[in-house]
Amino acid sequence: MLDALREHLGLTGSKKGCDHGQCGACTVLIEGRRVLSCLTLALAAEGQDITTIEGLAQNGKLHPMQQAFIDQDAFQCGYCTPGQIMSAVACVTEGHAGNDEDIREYMSGNICRCAAYPNIVAAVKQAAPDIKKG
Amino acid sequence: MPSFSYQRAKNPAAAVQALSAAASSNSPFTEAESLPLAGGTTLIDLMKLEVMRPRMLVDINPLASQWSAIDMSTDHLRLGAMARMSDVADNVDVQRHYPVIAEALKLAASQQIRNMATLGGNVLQRTRCSYFRADWRCRLLTVVSTCSAWANSCRPWAVSRYPPACRSASEQSRAASRTRKRR
Repeated sequence: MLDALREHLGLTGSKKGCDHGQCGACTVLIEGRRVLSCLTLALAAEGQDITTIEGLAQNGKLHPMQQAFIDQDAFQCGYCTPGQIMSAVACVTEGHAGNDEDIREYMSGNICRCAAYPNIVAAVKQAAPDIKKG
Repeated sequence: MPSFSYQRAKNPAAAVQALSAAASSNSPFTEAESLPLAGGTTLIDLMKLEVMRPRMLVDINPLASQWSAIDMSTDHLRLGAMARMSDVADNVDVQRHYPVIAEALKLAASQQIRNMATLGGNVLQRTRCSYFRADWRCRLLTVVSTCSAWANSCRPWAVSRYPPACRSASEQSRAASRTRKRR
């Protein structure tokens, strides 16, 4: 699916970090659940609702999580960031963003080489109240 | 990634029929005629490494609703083979009455992988031995007669033995110590 999004649909927001399910940079939402697009066959997701980073902002307005990542300086190079944001949104809707320990544990599938982790946690905490839980 | 054909299982009988070709073939399991696809978190990974090269994938996810139940009763817990790891880990009954299961699942992989991976696939997961995954001097993949893991560092060795040809170091060392005791 990652290649389908990037190479065939021109949706290059989802990133290819490891291509083997280890880094989380390719995280997208399928039916609202966070999954790794690098280990998902595009055909297997036929007919399902897929949300990529490009689909978060509505009517030109940033999603609360996107805004929080800016406010909290939660990225440096930005390569892991789309995956972090998609994962963070789902972390909140799953109900796993109740405290710092949970956020760190449930966001551990998204690696950041720039080590923006403390600010990522802060961003998740900032945005959580503005996101409806699933 | 090797070329393969893909079909979606319409019902259990059709899935069994599509998969039964593999059972009768003499091909090694890495070159199976057809394999089931559930979460794909191991299979797609190994296919990208060209270690697994099935000719066809039979997607059994459409059948998941029949086999993903988490049923608590007074004396046992029944977990469907296609229940996703995350759903079992987050299940309130499992957390309350079988906390070790919930905790073990929660500690595995990542939430993204846990959302995709099924319990059945977890149990059927291929050996994690580095030699198998690297397609390099592994008895399961080439005609070499020895297991490379046997002579080397123990960390990547297979934890669980898979086909008879796979000799993890733990098995060989157990066999060796049994031989020594008999003497």
